[in-house]
Amino acid sequence: MTYHPVSPTLADPLPADALELLRSMYEIRFFEDEIMGLFSKNLVRGSTHLCQGQEAVTVGVCSALSPGDTMTCTYRGHGAVLAMGAPLDRAFGEILGRAGGLCGGKGGSMHLADVSVGALGSNAIVGAHLPTTVGAALASSYRGTSEVSVAFFGDGSTNIGAFHESLNMAAIWKLPAIFVIENNQYGEYSTMASTTPVERLSDRAAAYGMPGVFVDGNDVIGMRAVTTEAVERARAGEGPTLIEADTYRHSGHSRSDPAKYRPEDEVKSWFARDPIVKLREAIEAAGGADAAAAVERAARDEVAAARDLALTWPEPELSAGMEHIYS
Amino acid sequence: MSDTLNYRQVIARAIADEMRDDPDVFMIGEDIGAAGGAFKTSAGLFEEFGPRRVRDTPISEQAIVGAALGAAIMGLRPIAEIMFADFAGVCYDQIVNQVAKHRYMTGGQVTVPLTIRMANGAGTGFAAQHSQAGENWFLNVPGLKVVVPGTVEDLYGLLRGSIRDNDPVLFFEHKGLFSLKGEVPTGDDAVLPLGVAAVVREGSDVTIVATQQMRHRAVEAADALAAVGIEAEVIDPRTLIPFDDDAVARSLAKTSRLLVVQESPRDGSWGASLVSRMTTEHFTLLDAPPSLLSSPDTPVPYAGILEEAWLPSVDAIVAKAKELVAF
Repeated sequence: MTYHPVSPTLADPLPADALELLRSMYEIRFFEDEIMGLFSKNLVRGSTHLCQGQEAVTVGVCSALSPGDTMTCTYRGHGAVLAMGAPLDRAFGEILGRAGGLCGGKGGSMHLADVSVGALGSNAIVGAHLPTTVGAALASSYRGTSEVSVAFFGDGSTNIGAFHESLNMAAIWKLPAIFVIENNQYGEYSTMASTTPVERLSDRAAAYGMPGVFVDGNDVIGMRAVTTEAVERARAGEGPTLIEADTYRHSGHSRSDPAKYRPEDEVKSWFARDPIVKLREAIEAAGGADAAAAVERAARDEVAAARDLALTWPEPELSAGMEHIYS
Repeated sequence: MSDTLNYRQVIARAIADEMRDDPDVFMIGEDIGAAGGAFKTSAGLFEEFGPRRVRDTPISEQAIVGAALGAAIMGLRPIAEIMFADFAGVCYDQIVNQVAKHRYMTGGQVTVPLTIRMANGAGTGFAAQHSQAGENWFLNVPGLKVVVPGTVEDLYGLLRGSIRDNDPVLFFEHKGLFSLKGEVPTGDDAVLPLGVAAVVREGSDVTIVATQQMRHRAVEAADALAAVGIEAEVIDPRTLIPFDDDAVARSLAKTSRLLVVQESPRDGSWGASLVSRMTTEHFTLLDAPPSLLSSPDTPVPYAGILEEAWLPSVDAIVAKAKELVAF
């Protein structure tokens, strides 16, 4: 089993596309700021689950993928879907319940999907999309092609049956699947220690005879590095990898959770490891302060423009509710 | 040109004919490959198509259905086997929350051309966890199609039709009919569309609607009724979703009396729904209150005498039909 300790600093030298990674993370961060703003104006229905603080996991992983690769994720999936390249305006539109949304307004925050960029679906049943990723990987294997499929899921998902069945099946068939645990330390309101008898979730890979990798999930470049290894294994027919990304969600489980159960010093220490700040500091140290500031401004403007555009879109026609039940 | 096969054998025939026609069709399930299926319903397929297309799985119903879903949204046409319909309970989430809703929640970005086959029904001494009429568990879940063939000809045509269908189809094969013989037409003419009922026997006094094992008892009952001068029309809907209401209404226009027979408890069943629809939408056709002959509200018992008493009998059908005609 490969074991990557939590890396204390970002890789040096920085990759050529460090600014692109920064832009992608800022977009997700600002996108979710706006979603909360729209929520407070009663323009977003139901609930919403923010991934702020975890952006390096999805951006790092997705930056290691190629066109044709696919991804499934959880209801905390705004970041993953955007990181695959879904357009900001249509993502806003979906969460606003507008006709021009990614899913025509029929999915909402928990079901963002953009199949055209490989984002096959965000799932609101814990662990239920892992079998879908197994199936997408099976399709590659069946056709003799090399697309990989990634599933993002939380630490809590590793205790549900679908996790076990999926990792086992992917392993016996050596499917090109990559299972990424976004370990944000809490399953809803419960600490991992209270629900899980092992400290390192990546150790669970041993039960399926696949490599388990533990990595600093707030280090976007480290995330990409371990994913690149997993992708190479997958494309070479060597089977799946389990990656545990150590990270933290900045807010509660959902918009109704103020997350009072988290010790103050814990929250402080994780905010000090904010993945965006970490990358930005590294870029600044390499002389890219102005460029980083420009990327931040551009991302903020782009997100605001996408929000404003989506707000002009109409709600779905009533007839849309009756469409897409069957083909 | 036709062959005589039994209901069990024709399953593999239908699948083989589709697999020869379409390289995207493959099977996935427990012991379906080298073992030929728990009921030998896939006998010979592994030998002809090999382990890539006739894929043995671990005992993992969630992963079987979920992987089939993932492969289907990537454009393949999987046939998943759930050994006994009762085991659908193990993967209920995958069927009702994932398979049924993926197209809808993504606003039509994907189709789900997936067939899930299950061995169904009571009367063979398998007791409470291996004998249920599983079709009723799925009637309230838009997005699924439900097929319940009652003859060799229908099984062949409907299974091929289901595999070709672009929507998810739950296909129930009744264990009590496995030894039933019939003629299997070869060629594409035999492929049946979903949603078309069969008028099994014409009559003018009472309409009996029944599927699978009960369809055959209804025909027996109709013969007994004819001996006392009552002409029963027997209709087998063959598919429950979509349901051919028009065929039943056309029959009621002649008979004005409706008897539905099913091997399951009354509430939440296809029979109860049919009675409701006919009563609310075709009340003026009726000259007597519609009748629903069901099993009692108990699990399926084991002992032969108890199980037979649980199933609606030919005598009970005859008696109920006479009551309706005398009303």
